[in-house]
Amino acid sequence: MRVLPQRRSRGDGVGGVRTLVVWCPDWPVVAAGHPATAPVAVVAANRVVACSEAARRDGVAVGLRRREAQGRCPEVVVIEQDLGRDVRAFEPVVAAVEAFTPSVEVGRPGMVSFGTRGPSRYFGGDRSLATRVMTAVDAVLSPMGASPCRVGVADGPFTAEQAARATVSSGPTPLVVPAGHSAEFLAPFPIWVLERPDLADLLTRLGLHTLGALAALPGAGVLARFGPDGALAQRLARGWDERPLAARTPPVDLTVAAVIDPPAERVDMAMFVAKSLADDLHELLAARGLACTRVAIEAETEHGEHIIRLWRHDGALTSRAIAERVRWQLEGWLSTGATTAGVTLIRLLPDEVKPDQGRQLDFWGGSAAADDRAGRGFARIQGMLGPYGVVTAVVGGGRDPAVQVQLIPWGEPRPGAVAREAPPWPGHLPLPAPAVVYPERVAAELADGAGGPLSVTGRGVLGAPPARLTVGSAATVDVVAWAGPWPAEERWWDQESSRRRARFQVCGADGTAHMVVLESGRWWVEATYD
Amino acid sequence: MAGERLVPVLAPLVPLFPDGGLRRGSTVVVTAVAGGATSLALAVGAAPSQAGAWCAALGWPALGMVAAVGLGVALERFALVPHPGEQWAAVTAALIDAVDVILVRPPPGVRLADARRLVARARERGVVLVVCPAPQGAGAWPGGSDLQLVVAEAGRWRGLEYGHGYLQARSVAVTSIGRGAASRQRRVSLWLPGADGALSEEQAHAGVATTSVAG
Repeated sequence: MRVLPQRRSRGDGVGGVRTLVVWCPDWPVVAAGHPATAPVAVVAANRVVACSEAARRDGVAVGLRRREAQGRCPEVVVIEQDLGRDVRAFEPVVAAVEAFTPSVEVGRPGMVSFGTRGPSRYFGGDRSLATRVMTAVDAVLSPMGASPCRVGVADGPFTAEQAARATVSSGPTPLVVPAGHSAEFLAPFPIWVLERPDLADLLTRLGLHTLGALAALPGAGVLARFGPDGALAQRLARGWDERPLAARTPPVDLTVAAVIDPPAERVDMAMFVAKSLADDLHELLAARGLACTRVAIEAETEHGEHIIRLWRHDGALTSRAIAERVRWQLEGWLSTGATTAGVTLIRLLPDEVKPDQGRQLDFWGGSAAADDRAGRGFARIQGMLGPYGVVTAVVGGGRDPAVQVQLIPWGEPRPGAVAREAPPWPGHLPLPAPAVVYPERVAAELADGAGGPLSVTGRGVLGAPPARLTVGSAATVDVVAWAGPWPAEERWWDQESSRRRARFQVCGADGTAHMVVLESGRWWVEATYD
Repeated sequence: MAGERLVPVLAPLVPLFPDGGLRRGSTVVVTAVAGGATSLALAVGAAPSQAGAWCAALGWPALGMVAAVGLGVALERFALVPHPGEQWAAVTAALIDAVDVILVRPPPGVRLADARRLVARARERGVVLVVCPAPQGAGAWPGGSDLQLVVAEAGRWRGLEYGHGYLQARSVAVTSIGRGAASRQRRVSLWLPGADGALSEEQAHAGVATTSVAG
């Protein structure tokens, strides 16, 4: 194979900045608190976006529909994607990497990178540095039950990421691609690692199956035939950096900073300032027709501590997205004890900017002023109570009123409008739904006329008509109407998580109506039609 | 809508309010003789959320959100603060700055001074507090109110028989009494919830029975 002559890496030339990438495989699964050995799939908009190794062995793959994944692997645990959770859980990993160098860049939760030029010299070479980083990160990961991280070093972040992914999963050691050998390293990789499905499909049909084949084409011809995206893909395939194309270093005066006096000890206090800072920065950039793709968030504390973190976003960072990242950041710093005193200064530096192509901000209709006011208030309460302090509900499918509802922390995207015509859930209770659904069900007693406890036969029939109901510590009432059971058998194929319940509607003489449940011989009230 | 004096309520509830809607800055206490207070509180919050105002439910983790949708609550403008914990007063104060209508379930042992301060703050900001104390005395509301809505008697459920059927609808009588123009007791019969989960007027008593209270 012919490799085009290319410039040698000089640390910051087109060959790309020498970069170390730490990749934690299947991060959304780890962040959700599931061990690597359990079959887990993370879904967003009904598509699998990540899955665990165990699920992958059973044929679950990214991009499958939820139903397909459940079909291939019936015991798979399906959880909803939650980017906020991913980022929060990733904070300790970033902190571990930060022990090596201050300028750490978080690409997305699960992937962190930094330029190795300084640290590598200090720690005695790329390989020695990579091994140390890996040991430090694994020390954080192993208590979480995650599989070991992968580390790759190469010229430019793309090549380094491929190197990290190319390491062997069992007992991985860091993979270091020698400087200037990116093109040779990348040549045998299949074309789809570029993560451009349409382009990869087209190139494959043209007989270009590897990055090496793409790299060998004349650059001008690729640009003419495949456009800027194709040219960018070729740059990557040649082991050159993608960034010089789009981004440029912004002028210094775009930095915004605010002094907080008195120092902020809690996130909500600092967030007031951060939110207006983010708005200021956004206005500054918008006035110049720029959008920010990477922002550095910097904080100083009363004790003179100075911490900085870079955040990258594929699209442009909106003011709300910037404010959100500041919040994640401050939450991480203030809660993990990275700071020992209140925050006295917050500074936002737009680290990379590009011409704004005009993005539609995600803002559903309604009165913008009221939404703004609500958003500010909710962010302040979340500062006091944590992200789950303020939630909104989304109603989906399910057999019970409790499982039909999903709670979304304020500030995170609500799943798209759920169809009002609920899908058929065999055994769901008829509407209207109960107005009170107890977070923890209440113990109850349902007795027959003689005062004896009631049970359900194997055929799902109540032994005797119920006569008296006692809920919790309340007074016993006579039963005037009842119906049931609506049986619910869930996950009968799994001994550990299977549940078998018989549900009744019971109306008392005092006009109260409850959803009463019999499970494992005990009676509970799960909801009340209040 | 911030400039308007009234926050809308669902049509069947209008006769209960002397102004025909929730007056901004007022405090409404919702109670029940035997059940129905939760549904009534959700129904009060439904129309504002549909009209583009923000609602929040504070300290009320047991709210059935499927029922809320049935009663007409727009969930995308209905925030839940389920567990305000120790910082109850501070969180309520922050919520008053954020939303237009707050459904409050007071925790046990709210201090009179805290309650009064919040009522005053809500009045100043033009926010409606809908207070629904937990039944059986736990967590009473020490502060005052402008209007009291009471589900006056035990609801009569329709659809559930002895051993068959299912809960379909409940007929209740709701009364309101308050200060000033509201000192005349008003009474309305409702399906809460109706057959489709929504709130509706009870046709049998379509006319609103209004009776004067002596004094």
